[in-house]
Amino acid sequence: MQIEFKNVTHSYESNNPLSGLGLADVSCKIEDKAFTAIVGKTGSGKSTLVRHINALLKPTSGEIKVGDRVITPETNNKNLKPLRKQVGMVFQFPESQLFEDTVEKDIMFGPKNFGIPEEEAREAAHKMIKVVGLSEDYLDRSPFDLSGGQMRRVAIAGVLASDPETIILDEPTAGLDPVGRKEIMDLFKEQQQNGKTIILITHNMDDVANYAETMMVMHDSRLRAVGTPKDIFNDQDLLDKKLISLPQSAVFAQKLAKKNFKFESLPITINELTAEIKQQIHGE
Amino acid sequence: MNKLILGRYLPGDSLIYRLDPRGKFLITFYFIGIVFLANNLVSYAFLLLFVFFAVYISKVSISFFIKGLRPMLWLILFTVMLQAFFTPSNHPIWHWAFLSLSKEGLVIAGYIFIRFILIIFISTLLTLTTTPIEISDSIESILKPLRVIKFPVSQVALMLSIALRFVPLLIDETIKIMDAQRARGVDFGEGGLIKRIKSFVPILIPLFVSSFSIAYDLAIAMESRGYKDGEGRTKYRILHWSKRDNITVVVMIAITVVLLFLRSYK
Repeated sequence: MQIEFKNVTHSYESNNPLSGLGLADVSCKIEDKAFTAIVGKTGSGKSTLVRHINALLKPTSGEIKVGDRVITPETNNKNLKPLRKQVGMVFQFPESQLFEDTVEKDIMFGPKNFGIPEEEAREAAHKMIKVVGLSEDYLDRSPFDLSGGQMRRVAIAGVLASDPETIILDEPTAGLDPVGRKEIMDLFKEQQQNGKTIILITHNMDDVANYAETMMVMHDSRLRAVGTPKDIFNDQDLLDKKLISLPQSAVFAQKLAKKNFKFESLPITINELTAEIKQQIHGE
Repeated sequence: MNKLILGRYLPGDSLIYRLDPRGKFLITFYFIGIVFLANNLVSYAFLLLFVFFAVYISKVSISFFIKGLRPMLWLILFTVMLQAFFTPSNHPIWHWAFLSLSKEGLVIAGYIFIRFILIIFISTLLTLTTTPIEISDSIESILKPLRVIKFPVSQVALMLSIALRFVPLLIDETIKIMDAQRARGVDFGEGGLIKRIKSFVPILIPLFVSSFSIAYDLAIAMESRGYKDGEGRTKYRILHWSKRDNITVVVMIAITVVLLFLRSYK
């Protein structure tokens, strides 16, 4: 499902001295079945941007196209369920949305709200608990008895169970250990390979370099840059203004560049880096 | 959620903002008390004039006060209707079954309406111009004499300021959880009454869980910074009683005197 923003502006609480601008004239396209990463400082408008895709927020002006659906300032709150079924959203610290007495019921909550029959929802729960890397034994347990990391996985299963076409992830790995973080990120990459569109908000530049195909940089409510991670991480202007930082491989390459190594463009992943080093040491 | 004006601070600066919060707090309650002294059109008009004057010098836009009325609208309407239709009278203008409308009833209903406006405006003025922390500081200061009877004044004040601090936190948390459940297909405010009540379960449970965990974290953070109890603690924010506060008290006394005089005016 292609998503398109056309001159979208959003201001919080108009007619109030406490109002603030959330988005200023954002236009962009998010390709179908792509893995798009959105980066930017805290308060730069990343979360505001993605909340427009499933109409949790509506634009103050401009419009958003999600597949055939168009969201404008006049869109009313009724009949948004089909849209929200198509666009799943994993919030920051999604474990705080758990409430049922068993894990199974909690995972089934989303699908049942979207009108999926009980039996199919149960099947989805059994399937998704394994997808997120937990065994089926967990289904009968209370979500509140689990560890933080397990709760996070259950919450993610709860979003995936509705089988959304687009999955929005708002810092899904914040506070997880390195192994857990890699497992979760690999899980989303796998979802993309199964034909889902993934939109990831993150502060982790290595995740962007390793997983994303397109990268968007937000700053002060505006979209400052869009491109492949490779191009963006080689954009000296963005780096000088500290809107982005470099992934570890690129930092390492910069240090090597001071010791007689030459890089045409900075390698951003470990694989690219090792390939470059191999080539330069063994030479042609 | 954000529409609740009563009980919300609005940053600003004017004479009213600079008044000592203890004085403002006590005067607000005193004023609510003397509202009940008014008994005729002139005295109500006088109090209205005073309240509008106070709103004017506070430099807060009047629209905030009108918005503050909104959540109370049904209560006000209900009370006014009750007074208008159920005041017994020998000369009803209009009569139907047990309902009757009379001149006396309408006058009393009008007075009740003005009374609501006065009380809501003056208390909105207090909360708009006084930070919650100033209010809890002033409550602590006002309750101080109760220490004599071993009343735990500083603990109560701490509880109060923590509770006030939690309000915006819990509002944010509620909005966050509501968004998360909306994204999972919950429709708030749709369907019948039972369905609507049911749709609050997915908000309330996570909200309880997270408030307990926030409270627990807060307790640990306070203990690790050496908090024992409030006894003998020094203050970071010191309240100053100044000349303008004295003047305000004099004004209030003058208003009371004028009001007592106007009461007997026919």
